[in-house]
Amino acid sequence: MKFTPNPPAVVEEMLASIGLNNLDQLFLDIKDDLKQTNQHEFVKNGLSEMEIRDHMKKLAARNTNLDEYPSFLGAGAYDHYIPAVMEQLMWRSEFYTAYTPYQPEISQGILQSIFEYQTLICNLTGMDVSNASMYDGGSALAEACSLACLHTRKRKVLVPDTVHPEYIEILKTYAISGAMEIIIVPGSEGVYEPAVFSSMIDQDTAAVVIQQPNFFGNLEEIVQIGEAIHMKKGLLIMAVDPISLAILKSPGELGADIVVGEGQSLGNSLSFGGPYLGFMAATNKFLRKIPGRIVGQTVDTRGNRAFVLTLQAREQHIRREKASSNICSNQALNALAASIYLTAVGSQGIRDIAMRCHQLACFAQTELEKRGVQLLFDKPFFKEFAVKLNDPAAMNRRLLENGIIGGYELPGAMLLAFTEKRNRAEIERLARVLGGKEND
Amino acid sequence: MNIPDELFYTESHEWIRIDGDKGYIGISDYAQHNLGDIVFVELPDIDIEVNAGDQFAVIESVKAVSDVYSPLSGTIIEVNENLEGSPELLNEDPYENYIAVVAFTDISEKEKLMSAEQYEAFCIEEDKK
Amino acid sequence: MTKLIFERNVSGANSFQLPPLDIPAAEGAGKIPTHLLRETPPDIPSVSEVELIRHYTELSKRAYGVDNGFYPLGSCTMKYNPKINEWAARLPGFTQIHPYQAPETVQGALQLLYDMGNMLGEITGMDHFTLQPAAGAHGEMTGVMMIKAYHNKRGDFKRTKMMVPDSAHGTNPATANVVGYEVIEIKSNERGLVDIDDLKAKMSDEVAGLMLTNPNTLGLFEEEIQSIAAIVHEGGGLLYYDGANLNAIMGVCRPGDMGFDVVHLNLHKTFSTPHGGGGPGSGPVGVKAFLADFLPKPVITKNGDQYGFDYDRPDSIGKVKNFYGNFGVIVRAYTYIMAVGHEGLKDACQQAVLNANYLRCHLQGKYHIPFDRLCKHEFVISARNQMEANHVATLDIAKRLLDYGYHPPTIYFPLIIKEAMMIEPTETESRERLDSFIAAMEKIAAEAMDDPRVVQDAPHTTVIGRVDEVTAARSPIVKWEA
Repeated sequence: MKFTPNPPAVVEEMLASIGLNNLDQLFLDIKDDLKQTNQHEFVKNGLSEMEIRDHMKKLAARNTNLDEYPSFLGAGAYDHYIPAVMEQLMWRSEFYTAYTPYQPEISQGILQSIFEYQTLICNLTGMDVSNASMYDGGSALAEACSLACLHTRKRKVLVPDTVHPEYIEILKTYAISGAMEIIIVPGSEGVYEPAVFSSMIDQDTAAVVIQQPNFFGNLEEIVQIGEAIHMKKGLLIMAVDPISLAILKSPGELGADIVVGEGQSLGNSLSFGGPYLGFMAATNKFLRKIPGRIVGQTVDTRGNRAFVLTLQAREQHIRREKASSNICSNQALNALAASIYLTAVGSQGIRDIAMRCHQLACFAQTELEKRGVQLLFDKPFFKEFAVKLNDPAAMNRRLLENGIIGGYELPGAMLLAFTEKRNRAEIERLARVLGGKEND
Repeated sequence: MNIPDELFYTESHEWIRIDGDKGYIGISDYAQHNLGDIVFVELPDIDIEVNAGDQFAVIESVKAVSDVYSPLSGTIIEVNENLEGSPELLNEDPYENYIAVVAFTDISEKEKLMSAEQYEAFCIEEDKK
Repeated sequence: MTKLIFERNVSGANSFQLPPLDIPAAEGAGKIPTHLLRETPPDIPSVSEVELIRHYTELSKRAYGVDNGFYPLGSCTMKYNPKINEWAARLPGFTQIHPYQAPETVQGALQLLYDMGNMLGEITGMDHFTLQPAAGAHGEMTGVMMIKAYHNKRGDFKRTKMMVPDSAHGTNPATANVVGYEVIEIKSNERGLVDIDDLKAKMSDEVAGLMLTNPNTLGLFEEEIQSIAAIVHEGGGLLYYDGANLNAIMGVCRPGDMGFDVVHLNLHKTFSTPHGGGGPGSGPVGVKAFLADFLPKPVITKNGDQYGFDYDRPDSIGKVKNFYGNFGVIVRAYTYIMAVGHEGLKDACQQAVLNANYLRCHLQGKYHIPFDRLCKHEFVISARNQMEANHVATLDIAKRLLDYGYHPPTIYFPLIIKEAMMIEPTETESRERLDSFIAAMEKIAAEAMDDPRVVQDAPHTTVIGRVDEVTAARSPIVKWEA
């Protein structure tokens, strides 16, 4: 296929009109010994549209997908229901083929959608200011830690090992800059230990990071650690599950200074890990320091309400080598999906969804324990918990044979997630297999 | 271009007005004009120590950001809090509206600064670039 | 004026519902300690489905995408986004797979990622690719981190500086700073290219590398790229390729053959995936073999006909993102490469360069063109003459283009050109489109002379006029409040 609209005869006329005879003359500034001579081993000849459909269908068919199999996988990416309105709206190519809304006069739709997104994120998290979204939850957390170090002029960030292990990996990677030192603190019984943690806070501690619910699905106690870090003029950073915020206390109520999270759950498909969106919100004092794009409300020359990218002096294209973050985009389309999702389910709907997840998790606990499967930790959870298993990999294979995509494998355990898409029959089937009695 | 005679200037476009053992620091008319509409001034903490040439404040306009450097070494003893709510004061009268006051430690550093006449010549050269 | 979604709130209008709860009622109460529960629900508007659809449809009508018209934003490569890509990316076999599924259940996805890495390697002349970074800037950061990890591994800790040309995108110096490097700016010479003498003078054993875009942001090919590479390599530094402008050389020559050690690509520019109103993109990074150990983990592997992950990478910089990258974007780019093939990639490049030179030549005489010679996929013009004659600025011309139905070029960049307009037509514009754009630019040039107010007061036909950016930044309102 080709997507270049000018046929050869037109190309010739265009060349002639600028005094050239052939296309090669357009590349006379490139020395001959640089011209490409390699064989095409991997990039083959182009295909017709029908051949591509065939090829892509075959590739897609080699994946076991969640439309066909119930799944109990979570660990940071969740199989929540996506309302039908979303598919329709996400197809609108005025949204998806647009660039960053640099020209407000022709981009009010996208700017307004981001302004609405920022408001919704503030409302969910209980914070004052949200940016227009970032790459994903993990990288948003790394940006939050950089921001904390910059703001406090301190270097240490304390992170319990109950935070998602991939988030921790990302934090360590970003720390190559030398601007922050990530200190991992072991937790106990599936939660962090407030006393141990508090004792580690010193004058050089920029922030503590708490994930709620944590990687194991357990609920952490927040208030005391927030007070402890604030006493030492450090910051409380929370990484949260946006669905849980429908029923859990908001980070704002808990004293968080910066809040981040993985926004995938809000109407974005699992898509093998991306694209998702990371959200970031903070208290007012970070308004001019928070990284990423921000949309603000203003007026136009005719006095109309208008929206525009604002506070751009924070950003890399202006600050260049003085910029504290190099991010120059957001996940606008995913943020749009998040906004539409929240509006589609509504305030009551998202509470129903959050509650349903929790109820199904509680039901699963009962069913599993009935069959002799024990939870790894005895702690309050939201929609996810870990169960003890001798050989989680073998168990996942057995689940697959029974038409179920199992959980996330931990050493001697399996992390199981329950969304509103699961039901009684699926959970009973899961419990039967995990209990070793799939034929019951 | 307004360049008051009684002030001293830096190549980074700050001015300083010497008043006994302290100096009032601001940005020049040339600087505010080139920045355009100033939207935010990040003021320093009181009591921080600065060396001559150290950055101590940040000025943001819509399309630009500029660090403000101290012309002399010393301690920042006062900031102009009016700028927090009204950054446009720097556009309206950059010489009436100082940014901070430094209690300087070494007046001889003043010798490295430019007079109004020298600064005017410097700005003319800058414009040619 | 369009209402905000919050202003469409009608209590009780939302009718979302879950299926009936089919578990024993005793489980319904839940087990979350009361002190962790929220007392007031989050404020989310209640809107009926039809009003929701109309709201977002209305917003979409107030947006401008490539599907709406010509989008010559320099360095952003706003090419057409083929619809077959969108179809492929929406297959349930791609959208409905969880990143932690066992590798044997996602062989199609892994094969796609593995093959994509090989194809990008062949296109750029690099040995290995990671697809993990989520955007160009993210890829840049990943690449510069790998350069740092390489020097660190050799115990060469004194290389604390990164060189960047003065014509570079702001992201380059920002990235170097974020990774912990001091930035050294390299001057451009009178031909708009890297000043080799300045480069030589600044290269030292304290320099970790040089970040370069080729062709540069003026759309000019760095003709002495091999000499540049030799200077950097002889000084012990590495050469970083910012792939923002790969569309200009794809299929004709390769960064790997020029001497670049690390390359990032923007799949949303060169490989036709949509920009999404600002994202998601995808920023794969390719390296030469000697840097492969530093790639982010996991690396996709192939043993026999089985694909899998390798997490056992002790020298890896780690992870820059959860999971493996923006998979949905990668599916689109993969589809594009399969569709056009190697001959189509070269064709895209040639036509992009032809379109740019066609525009450049036909705008001669109407606008000042600082480097008026053969360009690659983009070129820079200046409103210097209009400014001097009648105080018509680049911004005014950009706004006037909106009245003529075009998205304006990138403006006021690169910084080294006054009143710059950076024009990148891409290969997917027909001659007719280009001709009407030229006609509009000519009209505006005439207006700037005869009736400057009409340009200075533009736009006149858009849903809003120019916005007050000063008030927005002085007294920010960044969320809606009742």
